[in-house]
Amino acid sequence: MAVAAAASIGLCSCGRGSTGGLTIAGSTSVQPIAEMLADRYTAVHPSFVINVQGGGSSAGVRAAQTGAAQIGMASRKLKPDETGLQEHLMARDAIVLIVNPANPIRALRKKQACDIFAGRIRNWREVGGREGAVTCITREEGSGTRGAFEEMVMGKAEEISADCIVQDSTGAARALVAGDRNAIAYVSLGMVTSEVVALEFDGIKPSHEAVMSGRYPIARPFLLLTKGKPTPAAQTYIDFVLSPESQATIEEEGYVPVRRAARP
Amino acid sequence: MKSREKWIERALLLAALSSVTMLALIAVFVFVEGTPIMVREGIGHFILGRRWAPTKEAYGILPMIVGSIWVTIGALVIAGPFGLACAVFLVEVAPRRVADIVRPAIQLLAGIPSVVYGFVGIIVLVPLVRERLGGPGLSILSAAVILGIMVLPTVISISQDALEAVPRSYREGALALGCTQWQAISRVVVPAARSGIGTAIVLGMGRAIGETMAVIMVVGNAVKMPGSLLDPARTLTSNIALEMAYAAGEHREALFATGVVLFIFTMALNTLAVLQSKRRTRD
Repeated sequence: MAVAAAASIGLCSCGRGSTGGLTIAGSTSVQPIAEMLADRYTAVHPSFVINVQGGGSSAGVRAAQTGAAQIGMASRKLKPDETGLQEHLMARDAIVLIVNPANPIRALRKKQACDIFAGRIRNWREVGGREGAVTCITREEGSGTRGAFEEMVMGKAEEISADCIVQDSTGAARALVAGDRNAIAYVSLGMVTSEVVALEFDGIKPSHEAVMSGRYPIARPFLLLTKGKPTPAAQTYIDFVLSPESQATIEEEGYVPVRRAARP
Repeated sequence: MKSREKWIERALLLAALSSVTMLALIAVFVFVEGTPIMVREGIGHFILGRRWAPTKEAYGILPMIVGSIWVTIGALVIAGPFGLACAVFLVEVAPRRVADIVRPAIQLLAGIPSVVYGFVGIIVLVPLVRERLGGPGLSILSAAVILGIMVLPTVISISQDALEAVPRSYREGALALGCTQWQAISRVVVPAARSGIGTAIVLGMGRAIGETMAVIMVVGNAVKMPGSLLDPARTLTSNIALEMAYAAGEHREALFATGVVLFIFTMALNTLAVLQSKRRTRD
């Protein structure tokens, strides 16, 4: 009831604007989950219109700063010159390297991972594994997961080798690794299943706890940004995103929730 | 009454024109979106460039052109002989009852969604190639085999038409001169139908070069010059379909430009097919 009231206030407060609802714009990594939660909210509150757009993290920051969108989305920490914004952490995205269970490798250093995906390490023997040509599997150019991997593992100077197999979904990449003992891929933490093995990265075992405490190095925040205090409509959405049900959804989608529901 | 006839005529003309208009609109749209970047980058650079890294503003699609050609030729090497043999069997050899079962089965083959072909490829064929022949399994060979099966119905049905169009008298004449049935088929009937069979191959090629979903799933999509049949490659179609979801700005234009190149390829193949069937009617 309270939420519905807040929602209708939200609608009124921006009813004068051209959109007549809530506009969210920014990171294409955050977009799918933001859209899914928006759909879920509007399914229950049909009069509340939420418009989710992409554009990238920087566009999200700008949209929030200029007021083009009431909420901006970013999948990275804000830069020092990106000011005037309130940050609402909605989830964290951690990237995990996965290999086939038949592969004896259980840990990699950042340098090794970078060398493998840059195409300099081509045999598992070179990182202490069994003889066998490495099949590295990457995501398509433009994918959020790929962007995160490039940014946090490859760095600015390195490029993912053109020799890598390209798959257009996490599921496909994981299925390949599950079937090929020489394959390696990167996926979101929540997408790891028992068919594959998640590797220790720089000595840290990937887990929700390690990500939340900030120890696991390849993780990035999913931020909702507002210019100063959120508008009532924006606040309604943010509250919804941080609600236990939404956080559970976020976890199901493979991200690390900010608030973890107590497990039975 | 007369005016009503006229109206119906006009309505039918309009319906006929609408499909042509659609084609024209699509062509114009693809060219308008795609050519500016080709001109900016230089058409030579775009087509002969070997590096594709849209986020770093490198747009070279040569590996994909080569990938498309390899995969298509591979598919035809498989579908050509098999398709022709199947058509010969159906038209010349098979008893009626067998043909009545095989024909609908081939039609059915054409009706299977391409994603299903891709799925079978990834579950059955790719591991087989990986275990038996080496490499990552996702390869030109896998894609060629899957595509070969997919274009079989096209090749079979068009070659069948061509063989059926050969007059009975040719066969009878050959047999009367003492040919065996095989000699009559291989020396007389098939050569007489060769331009129709050529059309079948070219249209099969057109279908193979344009196929997307199944190819994405089994070809590996790596953007590099393929060195062997066991290497992964990327085709023009898979490039567009893979990256369209997130592409914006120049990247998107470059994908449209990929579409332009693909469009020219398919147009050329179709024109070739039309010319060939014209030649057939002239013969």
